[in-house]
Amino acid sequence: MKILVCISNVPDTTTKITFTNDNTEFNTAGVQYIVNPYDEIALSRAIELAEGGKGTVTVINVGEAANDPTIRKALAIGADDAVRVNAAPRDAYFVAKQIAEYAKDKDFNIILTGRESIDYNGNQVAAMVGEFLDLPSISIIKKLDIDGDNATLEREIEGGKEVVTVNGKFVASCAEGVAEPKIPNMRGIMSARTKPLTVVDPVSIEEVIKVTKYETPAPRGTVKLIPADQTESLIGLLHSEAKVI
Amino acid sequence: MSVLVYVEQAEGKFKKSVFEAVSYAKAIADQQSTKLIAISIGDVAESELKELGKYGASKVLNVSVDQLKTFVNQAYASVIAAAAGQENADIVVLSNSFSGKGLAPRIAVKLKAGLADGAVELPSTDGKFSVKKTAFSGKAFAITELTSANKVIALNPNAFGVKENSTEAAIETFSADVKQSDLGTVIKDIVRATDKVSLPDAELVVSAGRGLKGPENWGMIEELAGLLGAATACSKPVSDADWRPHSEHVGQTGISISPNLYIAIGISGAIQHLAGVSSSKVIVVINKDPEAPFFKVADYGIVGDAFEVVPKLIEALKAHKG
Repeated sequence: MKILVCISNVPDTTTKITFTNDNTEFNTAGVQYIVNPYDEIALSRAIELAEGGKGTVTVINVGEAANDPTIRKALAIGADDAVRVNAAPRDAYFVAKQIAEYAKDKDFNIILTGRESIDYNGNQVAAMVGEFLDLPSISIIKKLDIDGDNATLEREIEGGKEVVTVNGKFVASCAEGVAEPKIPNMRGIMSARTKPLTVVDPVSIEEVIKVTKYETPAPRGTVKLIPADQTESLIGLLHSEAKVI
Repeated sequence: MSVLVYVEQAEGKFKKSVFEAVSYAKAIADQQSTKLIAISIGDVAESELKELGKYGASKVLNVSVDQLKTFVNQAYASVIAAAAGQENADIVVLSNSFSGKGLAPRIAVKLKAGLADGAVELPSTDGKFSVKKTAFSGKAFAITELTSANKVIALNPNAFGVKENSTEAAIETFSADVKQSDLGTVIKDIVRATDKVSLPDAELVVSAGRGLKGPENWGMIEELAGLLGAATACSKPVSDADWRPHSEHVGQTGISISPNLYIAIGISGAIQHLAGVSSSKVIVVINKDPEAPFFKVADYGIVGDAFEVVPKLIEALKAHKG
């Protein structure tokens, strides 16, 4: 069983998000980068499925050489090898195309991503890779079990879940619940240095979107504090002032 | 040209988020001086389809074939893209729901279209077609220009609101060719917690954190939510400790929500949590620590012990409701 896990290099979750150049670029100064937390969940499940010689796990990232430490982190967690498509990840459409191009003749049984990257919040790459490769895609899964050529997945829906089965190859995006994120141990960190990291060139694809500007949410006014023994006035304010109940 | 909106049904009914997507798509159709067409897939009664006219759909394509009674991501995307082709639609609108998130990217690839997902406003159309969408998990917005001829937009729930715009909807059967290769996934079971309000598109949300001390104390949270008709949510430490299901975890690595009212009880307000809820219209914070960072982004706050404040709040709410 060959599993491909797509990983994104994203700002650490504690990052204060600011922009430069007249709010047209993300301010990378002082930002720590991590493996996208959802991708880590996908990677952890892939490693569990491949354990005991049952398969191999390859990670793929679309990005420039500065992403290599993040890719090595994924190798330290337990991926067998890594591929980096050497290009700035312009948008999900571009990234998905690069991954599909790489994967199309490699015969991966399963391709996994995280449910979304925590920077652009798309949840686009998995389904786009599925579409480029003409494979089924299942988005935002909470559970993934494999039995031979058959997979059983649980997909989140509003107010519940769907149990989905698929026979043969598929693509899925993973959310919490699929696996506990694995933490690299010392042996993993040491071996990550020598695991193969192949760099490949990108293919060209038409541009379909362009981020022209960023905005940060408008600050809220000061909080109106209500004494703890006057809960009825909170209800009153929510009803007559905020008009939400 | 026209605008096509996909109307997702659940058990034969449309939810508020669908009427919101139709309202939004109608406003885009008006911007473009064109008509709005809706496409429904699955078993939906004609009377329910007619409802879509109320929000501005002048035509509803109804796809009711056996193979597509339940959701199949790949096949649904093919059908919607085919309908866009037939109707000469260059803009496709969906709700950014769990299913919408699976469909929109596939439709975008089929139509070679730019995709703006998590849209929060109408597009601006002064020469460029740009859509404001959430980014950095609620910490920012990205103004995204769709430079392609075809465009796909997935609207965040509660971002636009339901707007009536009454017209007569003509119902037409759309006969879709379903490829066998598009039917790779099969739904074995659907589990719905029917007694609860669904969190992603809830208008009111009651959320609690570690301050509640243990899962056995959620009774009052459930009661408060029940009285309000609100969904329940929680912070990350709570779902990590399995006090509550992961599906309730809101925040940067959980789900992002934008309800009209978010009540946070016993949640300190770490930056990762705030990211997921900052676009809530009104935020109420109840915390015994007056220094809790959550108070800085709240509209209303009560400094006090949740175990004393929440029961009083429940009483006050019961009195208010008479």
